[in-house]
Amino acid sequence: MQADVKQRAIALLKEGTADRVLGWKAGEFFYDLTPAVFETSEEVERDFVWSPFSAPNLSKYLIGETRKPGKIAAFLKPCDTYSFQQLRKEHRIDREKVYVVAVQCGGMCDIEKIKALAKAPTAIREEGDMLVVSTLYGEKRLPRQDVLAERCLSCKSTKMAYYDELLGDDGEDKGDGRFEGVRRLEAMTPEERYQFWRGELSRCIRCNACRNVCPACSCEKCVFDNPTSGVENKAAANSFEENMFHIIRAFHVAGRCTDCGECSRVCPQHIPLHLLNRKLISDMNELYGPYQAGADLETRPPMTDFRYDDPEPSVVARRGGAQE
Amino acid sequence: MKKIAKSNLPELLAAMAARGKVYCPQPDGAGGSKFAPWTPGTPVAQGCNTRLGPKGLFFPQTEELVRFRVSGKELEIREAELREEPFVVFGVRACDCRALEILDRVFLSEPVDGFYKDRRDHGVVVTLACSQPEETCFCGTFGIDLTNPQGDVTAWEAEDCLWFRANTEKGRELLERLPLEDGEDAAVERAREEAREIAGRLPLHGLTTKGFERGRMLELFRRPEWAGLSESCLGCGTCTFVCPTCQCYDVKEFDNGREVCRFRCWDSCMYSDFTLMSAGQPRPTQKERFRQRFMHKLQYFPDNNEGIYGCVGCGRCLRQCPIHMNIVKVMKTLGGGEDA
Amino acid sequence: MQVNEKFEPTIVAFCCNWCSYAGADLSGTNRLQYPANVKIIRIPCSCRLNPMFILRAFQRGADGVILCGCHPGDCHYTTGNYYARRRMTLMFSLLDYLGIERERTRVEWVSAAEGAKFAATMEEFTETVRALGENRRLEDLRCKQM
Repeated sequence: MQADVKQRAIALLKEGTADRVLGWKAGEFFYDLTPAVFETSEEVERDFVWSPFSAPNLSKYLIGETRKPGKIAAFLKPCDTYSFQQLRKEHRIDREKVYVVAVQCGGMCDIEKIKALAKAPTAIREEGDMLVVSTLYGEKRLPRQDVLAERCLSCKSTKMAYYDELLGDDGEDKGDGRFEGVRRLEAMTPEERYQFWRGELSRCIRCNACRNVCPACSCEKCVFDNPTSGVENKAAANSFEENMFHIIRAFHVAGRCTDCGECSRVCPQHIPLHLLNRKLISDMNELYGPYQAGADLETRPPMTDFRYDDPEPSVVARRGGAQE
Repeated sequence: MKKIAKSNLPELLAAMAARGKVYCPQPDGAGGSKFAPWTPGTPVAQGCNTRLGPKGLFFPQTEELVRFRVSGKELEIREAELREEPFVVFGVRACDCRALEILDRVFLSEPVDGFYKDRRDHGVVVTLACSQPEETCFCGTFGIDLTNPQGDVTAWEAEDCLWFRANTEKGRELLERLPLEDGEDAAVERAREEAREIAGRLPLHGLTTKGFERGRMLELFRRPEWAGLSESCLGCGTCTFVCPTCQCYDVKEFDNGREVCRFRCWDSCMYSDFTLMSAGQPRPTQKERFRQRFMHKLQYFPDNNEGIYGCVGCGRCLRQCPIHMNIVKVMKTLGGGEDA
Repeated sequence: MQVNEKFEPTIVAFCCNWCSYAGADLSGTNRLQYPANVKIIRIPCSCRLNPMFILRAFQRGADGVILCGCHPGDCHYTTGNYYARRRMTLMFSLLDYLGIERERTRVEWVSAAEGAKFAATMEEFTETVRALGENRRLEDLRCKQM
């Protein structure tokens, strides 16, 4: 697949289908790929990498890239295609300037999981379902399944939301298994939930990585960066501000979050932020009907829509979840 | 040299804790480790670097400076008091120890930062030599010997024992009240030799500061490669907050309606409002902000500090950057690259 | 704080200008009493209630937050309260998910003619929050009286 993707990128540049290619660039190690724009086939030949570490979702870069002249070919994973469609729906991307090459994906690996099992990895190769990791301290064989990223273990769909060209086969929706983590929390008592989230959110260092990587967080100026908003904060000074930032961020992307999982991937403190977004997705599905952000361009998002017979807010008190 | 069996680590920490808190690396509940106060029964985290360095123990992410309260025509000003609490930090790695020396150059030079000085005066730094560095480590690039960290006390792990050497008066005082026995340091030398051998085959072993010497500031500043390097930067503050040497802060105020609390907090040059002035943002795009971070570490700081670089090669930004852009990639692109 | 005294909660009531705010007025002109704990903030429509307002109310010392708007179907702007209903449902659910007591937040539809309902609702909500005690989970220590 790596060779196919690379050849396609080179061909798109040579054919003139695109002037630039958006992909992942090789780094110092096998896992530290950086999103990059390639302008020549030589650059692609030298640096373009498609691997189980091509994790960054490239769709958000298209907001800036489609403001530039010329056409760009973007390589998107299935989850990235939902972000792409959602950004189109919000009129943030000039569709005419993008050529979408969707690449089927077998799940991305989490380098932190690999490092936990094989300290100081320097090289990796695949042998069937096993990954053979060379480290500074010897070789380790790890089952691929054990080091898949959390978001890939609970993948929502490998069906592409959109593409101009598809590499590999189109996949399918994977059902609601991804809400298991939410269900576990819902089954706790409020006290347990409170303690769980305090434990997680107290690690927040307000680096804003979750916000800045999020394709749904595409405001030109965030309320938390606006000194006249009254809530601008460079650091979460106390537990309230930690809560406020994450509550408001989750709420602001409600109905627009495609569940790409980038927030949890980038968090340097490993806070499972996707559990906040998935709770809102699960609630909206349950209360207002199934909805997948980015699946199409027409359906109205639940938060800009209503029905006359929507449940009252008191439904929250009557619904599941353990009582204290 | 002094030693204690590793199995007696809890007794050792308890003795350290007799006169104040002892901070040591502990599991952070999310697969990493953090410096936290030790209490009997808490496990000490193994492994190399903590997710965040010990910087926060001396220079916390947020710190109250002063409070103002207005009642009628009276203005009451309450300055935050120095804590003057003795504490020990155990398990600081060579890179993080050098990072503290870099922070010293910033906060202990005139005008001296009282809060930082208070913590430095009252904190005893016990370093721990590395025996198993990570693949992202490159402290050697900045002349740091990972087998011989400094600090008030240096500790080594060798042959089921922890070995100690005092480097300062504070360190000697600490060692005197610990349950240690005397020992020959041959075991330490063997352990250091092993660690040096590993250091010699680290992937980034050959990285040098060639190309970042004095006098190249303008040339580096104007290099066209900055545009490409910063292209995919998200503008988050991860690299600056996990960095053990980043020392920029902002002073902000919180008004609760009755009193105003002025505090300082870590700032990040990656943020769009970094050093925002009434005339606007002096670094209007991410390219300039990105360049600022690396020019500071590799040019501005050494230029003002006898050639000491503002990076210690701990590898945290290599590990944590969401898009894996980091100082190593910058140095390899702009500098002389690696030695053959 | 108050150990032996009866705990007096602070209640913030966001009231729609066109109905509940007038409802509060009506309960006043009818000499109906509702607890002095309730501080009313007038908003142009229930839909104006940004979730941030709720958090900020808790930050600044509220122990309970209630939103009062026109009955569904009666919105002065035709549909505002329908959007508010969805938003508040999700917001309350998210707060509950974070372990914040779900009884601290509420939505009630109170028309301009329902002065008695307004007073009764406030009475009942205040007692509910009084029973819960001080807001601890969404407090900002910097805002506490010292």
